[in-house]
Amino acid sequence: MNLITLFLSALLINNVVLNQFLGICPFLGVSRNKSSAIGMSFAVMFVILGSSILTYFLYHFVLVPLKLEFMDLITFILVVACFVQFVEMYLKKMLPSLYRSLGIYLPLITTNCVVLYVCLGNISANYNFIEMLVYSIAVPLGFALILIIFSNIRERMENAKIPAPLRGNPAALIIAAMMALAFSGLAGLV
Amino acid sequence: MKKLSIFTDGLIKENPVLVQYLGMCSALAITISLNNALGMGVTVILVLLISNIVISLLRKVIPDEIRIPVFIVVIATLVKCAELLLAAYTPSLSTALGVFIPLIVVNCIILGRAEAFASKNSVGASILDALGMGLGYTAALTVMSVLRQFLSTGTINLLNPFTNDLIFEFGVSEGFAAKYAITIFKEPVGAFLMLALIAAFVTWLKSRGKEKK
Repeated sequence: MNLITLFLSALLINNVVLNQFLGICPFLGVSRNKSSAIGMSFAVMFVILGSSILTYFLYHFVLVPLKLEFMDLITFILVVACFVQFVEMYLKKMLPSLYRSLGIYLPLITTNCVVLYVCLGNISANYNFIEMLVYSIAVPLGFALILIIFSNIRERMENAKIPAPLRGNPAALIIAAMMALAFSGLAGLV
Repeated sequence: MKKLSIFTDGLIKENPVLVQYLGMCSALAITISLNNALGMGVTVILVLLISNIVISLLRKVIPDEIRIPVFIVVIATLVKCAELLLAAYTPSLSTALGVFIPLIVVNCIILGRAEAFASKNSVGASILDALGMGLGYTAALTVMSVLRQFLSTGTINLLNPFTNDLIFEFGVSEGFAAKYAITIFKEPVGAFLMLALIAAFVTWLKSRGKEKK
């Protein structure tokens, strides 16, 4: 039961994008069309799951015994950076079309705050291994959900008549505001 | 003249938050109060300044292939120092900003400036660039937080982060605030809406300037 609560609250109620304001850069950057939004979501999901498992073990089996807890930030960001590099090399070789459509946003996953947020959150919330897994799946799923919904709305907006100063990102932010309003209605769920 | 433009570019024309849409995560999340915005702004200015200086000094030593990991390590070290210092000297600010202090590491502004400016320019120019960009970021945060805090609570106040003494307070009467405060600006909805409106306003100002010429 507790795990379901954890999952739902990370997925919907404390949604990373709309409630915690993380990962806004890719949220605005790759949401122009559906296929790159989906590709980005999967890449982020994979990177988050992989790097949070790695950092979890690194923290509990290396940093804690050596009493180097204060090095958490520096080691975590290095793990994330290496992992992103790995995903990039894999996609370049195996899925070149997806690689091209993700473009600059792939190396930028390193600086996607969601990844580091999940890694740090796993430690500061003192999750056990199972809770850590559930949390690291729920958070990127929430990110993917919002990114895909948002890219669908944006594709439809292409043809809308918008006042010139609002065109582009300001309009996108207003849509995000409305989505946040809609999602705040789910707050009573858990 | 050219030096001055490096500084002013970051402040207005290339404002990191409102024009380049960088570092928005923290801009949206912590602008609930003026205190948080200024605390975050000053921390980012300091981290950006030192990272720009260090990276600019090391720019001829760092091999091109591994520059990003090197930048990240430099920035992460500085941010960890900032985090420990904030927790030690300004505990209330440190709790208010929470996870967004360690997340300065992944604030695109800092890595972006390291990559786009400090790794290619002299130390002096990098210092000016860091100050311009940092102040631009702080200015955007301040404007957002003042508007959000005023509209949602009716008062704006500033506390000394070291002692928690009140520096100044300004606001409408409590009865008026209770009746007309727009609490939605405290919520995520208000954050997105406020950033959208300010960014649209800046875009409008820029386009108007162009038409005149």
